[in-house]
Amino acid sequence: MSVNDSATKSTVIGRPENRVDGMLKVTGAATYAAEYDVPGLLHGHVVCSAIARGRISSIDASQALAVAGVVAVYTHKNKPRTTMLGIKHKDTAAPPGQPLRWLHDDTIHHSEQPIALVVAESVEIARAAAALLRIQYEVIEPATEFVGALPTASVPSTRRILTPRTPEPRGDAATAFDASVFRVDAEYHTGAVFHMPMELFATTVRWDGDGRITVFDKTQGSQNVQLYIRNVFGFSFRNIRVVNAFVGGAFGQGLRPQVSVFMAVLAAKALKRSVRVELTRQQMFHLGHRPETRQHVKLGADRAGRLQSMSHKAIGATSRYEEHQETVVHWSSTLYKCDNVTLEYELARLDIETPTDMRAPGGVTGSFAIESAMDELAHAAKIDPVQLRLVNYTDRDVDADREFTSKELRACYAQAAERFGWSARNPEPRSTRVDGEFVGFGMASAVWEARMAPAPTRARATMFPDGRVEIESSTADIGTGTYTILAQIAAETLGIPMSRIEVKLGDSGFPLALVEGASWTAASTGSAVQCACEKLRAKMSRSGDRLTKPLSVMGTVVPSVLDSRKFAGYTHAAVFAEVRVDEQLGVIRVTRVVSGVAAGRILNPKTAASQIKGGMVMGIGQALHEEAVVDHRFGRLMNADFAQYHIPCNADIHDIDVIFVDERDDTVSPIGAKGIGEIGSVGVAAAIANAVFNATGRRVRTLPITLDLLL
Amino acid sequence: MHRFEFVRAATVADAVAELVREPTAQVVAGGTNLVDLMKCGVAKPTKIIDITQLPLNDIMLDAQGGLTIGALATNADVASHPLVQGRYPLLASAIMAGASGQLRNAATTGGNLLQRTRCSYFYNRRTPCNKRAPGTGCPAIEGQNRQHAILGTSEQCIATHPSDMCVALAALDAVVRVVGPAGERLIAMSDFHRLPDDAPERDTTLAREEIVLSVELPAAQHPLHSYLKIRDRLSFAFALVSVAAALRVTDGVISAAAVAIGGVAHKPWRVPEAEALLVNQAPEVLGFEECARRIVQGAVARHHNAFKVELAQRAIVRALTQAANGTPQSQSVKHVR
Repeated sequence: MSVNDSATKSTVIGRPENRVDGMLKVTGAATYAAEYDVPGLLHGHVVCSAIARGRISSIDASQALAVAGVVAVYTHKNKPRTTMLGIKHKDTAAPPGQPLRWLHDDTIHHSEQPIALVVAESVEIARAAAALLRIQYEVIEPATEFVGALPTASVPSTRRILTPRTPEPRGDAATAFDASVFRVDAEYHTGAVFHMPMELFATTVRWDGDGRITVFDKTQGSQNVQLYIRNVFGFSFRNIRVVNAFVGGAFGQGLRPQVSVFMAVLAAKALKRSVRVELTRQQMFHLGHRPETRQHVKLGADRAGRLQSMSHKAIGATSRYEEHQETVVHWSSTLYKCDNVTLEYELARLDIETPTDMRAPGGVTGSFAIESAMDELAHAAKIDPVQLRLVNYTDRDVDADREFTSKELRACYAQAAERFGWSARNPEPRSTRVDGEFVGFGMASAVWEARMAPAPTRARATMFPDGRVEIESSTADIGTGTYTILAQIAAETLGIPMSRIEVKLGDSGFPLALVEGASWTAASTGSAVQCACEKLRAKMSRSGDRLTKPLSVMGTVVPSVLDSRKFAGYTHAAVFAEVRVDEQLGVIRVTRVVSGVAAGRILNPKTAASQIKGGMVMGIGQALHEEAVVDHRFGRLMNADFAQYHIPCNADIHDIDVIFVDERDDTVSPIGAKGIGEIGSVGVAAAIANAVFNATGRRVRTLPITLDLLL
Repeated sequence: MHRFEFVRAATVADAVAELVREPTAQVVAGGTNLVDLMKCGVAKPTKIIDITQLPLNDIMLDAQGGLTIGALATNADVASHPLVQGRYPLLASAIMAGASGQLRNAATTGGNLLQRTRCSYFYNRRTPCNKRAPGTGCPAIEGQNRQHAILGTSEQCIATHPSDMCVALAALDAVVRVVGPAGERLIAMSDFHRLPDDAPERDTTLAREEIVLSVELPAAQHPLHSYLKIRDRLSFAFALVSVAAALRVTDGVISAAAVAIGGVAHKPWRVPEAEALLVNQAPEVLGFEECARRIVQGAVARHHNAFKVELAQRAIVRALTQAANGTPQSQSVKHVR
């Protein structure tokens, strides 16, 4: 049975099914990492550095150890043995550099760096005892101000695996810019923002005896954590089982093994007891973030708006010990046709923790600059912003010299513009007032990579004599709906009702999957499940007999090397936003956002729309609310809590509408899906900033757009 | 968190006696602020005196047509009380502009009066703060001060008082009834919170051994009102600037006016001379602007909060306009009009 057959006869796939795990979640029956009940459990509290740079001159734990119920205090002075090899601390999602080895030595690399673990009989005792540690520091003045580090920025010394090379210059952008009729030359700034999933990072290590452990962890990759534990702590693979059956959001923060894993395993191994470490909300602000960027965009166009020159240079922040890299600048030439292009990407190194991939890393920040600049060009050239995008539309990935697997971005523009009512837009800023507020329309294009995991992905399908089918994969459902779409795929492929399918995920013992990220889970694991179920069905029809014992088959998919040399896969979207601005008070409301998304085959329009909407809310937060407030004299984040780090609340969110345009793609993955985890966030901030310009005539090139910027 | 003893007071006298007995004891009611401060190590009471069993939650009319609100009446109960909604809608509105439903259900009137600043340096024990640790310095003055005060500051402290409720109480000329070892006394709302001066560690004029019994409002005298709160998101954020505006207009002329603003000082800010400018004037924008200019007179702006000087004036004009038009700011439809 081929994909095409299933697409034409589609019944279960493509249906807006409710989440199969919804009841478990709303009744509390779904168990998260910090909720596993383990007898004799000890609790660890992580203690963090009070300074941002320097060294620990002394730690006195005697008062903490004297507290009844305290079992151990671990610091760099008495850390139980871990691997001597720094390289072994690298996980599969690590950027180039030397990962921070917690409790390794007395050096402080960033504010709130974990420096000790207090283990006690209860959380309360551990926290109370932690306050009794006497820690002295030698302070070195930290350099955390991004703007100050810009002059020292340089290209990454080593390219990060899976981050594409910055394309070589094409043509002569400088000369073409000078010769252009319309020119935009502007700098954009995006601040650091935080992932902030609801669930706190937590690890419960169950000591199973005989050197075996079961690790209940909040992670996007159970097998990544398993590998890390093996490498750092010397357990053998078969003695480590990592479970992440439910994950309460992660957005990329769970790609790398977090400090809770390190600390909990460290203590469990040393004490030969079960240990839980749950981080605090304040600590969640120091586990990696979307890095600050400064971007310089120059666009030159002819009288018809055709791009003659494009240059886009970005500088991103990273730590001093790792070179976190993102794809920031490529998107301009992926989206638009232009013969003279210069793209540059550099890093500025600061005394901060290493940033971590966050939902469309690089795409969200890069699109703010390029899509704001396109709006500036449209205004200068007096061309409708959608028309300008269409004039410069490209049907080919010129940088990579590849065809697109599919690209229905034209349909995104058309359908979303129609739904939004874009034709009513007055291009003149400050031209529309309703009830005393300025009304503005803005739009942006969005693009994000669509690919399968660059490694084999497997899934197991098991048919039982009673007719039930179990699907197993080690991939995680981080709240996106993976359980549900895999059940739909299995039901459809096997031709049985979903009620007979049970999907089991989030266990390192299940078949191979890379970390749940890069929007590749639906395409990769979805295809693997389809493959396994096709095999199972073939076996069943061959045997013809009734089953007397369970029948198990493995499905494996790998991305086609041939296809990847010929084709480039991307998801696309067109985002339209309406803002209303009270000019006297500067208050901005995003009253409507419509996103038209082309993402190949949509496996479940309900969970898919939820994904896109969540991404759009995150985009609104980035555009208007979320800001890292740092006091650079201390190198310290001053708003590390939900009262002062403003994620949008319900009152800030109004109408959000998602359209999935038809997009047939038989190349991007066997199942025909592209993945929709990240595209929803891309372009939203630019669409809002462009709408603010249309409303007020004020071009804000820095995020977030707080009300004082409009006074 | 530090160890502490927990006692439950059976009578007001018991609670006062406990405070007298133990100088490092503290009273707890809703706990919505104190518990936070204890968790992050800013408050370290050795004894917690739970007063939630005391009979201090009545809301009732007094003989002069005023209203007495018990110190333990929750924010939610006050805001939804028919007498408050009917006679003091400004107060109901201000309370609804603050915090979240969950917090308002727990937070009490007395606790709201006594809540401490949300200055992030005050909350962060890793940084100096004269309010938390007198004599260590005020990093906010040269640091991150977007949320901070522009009026009545000192070289020791530029923190703001975070309450919305208190801004309305200030405009309504409330009086706070307190009790201590020497008996009861009344403190005018304008005297209850202090400016930081050279003792920023002291937020109020309440003595350490005293307990708030009630808040007393004089008979309502301003039929027109609006509470306008400007903030960085539309709910669950502290005010950048808030305005409690109350007017009485007789025959097209303002006969009484009260304007208090929040988010700009160590206490709700009122300038009687500015209010006097409004009286006997027509309720028009020109007059509102003059009043607003007078209210922010003497403002000292810092690096990140300079915008507040202009924003405060515009918010004052808007709130007075809303009040004069009889279209007070809605706290449920949060859209500012």
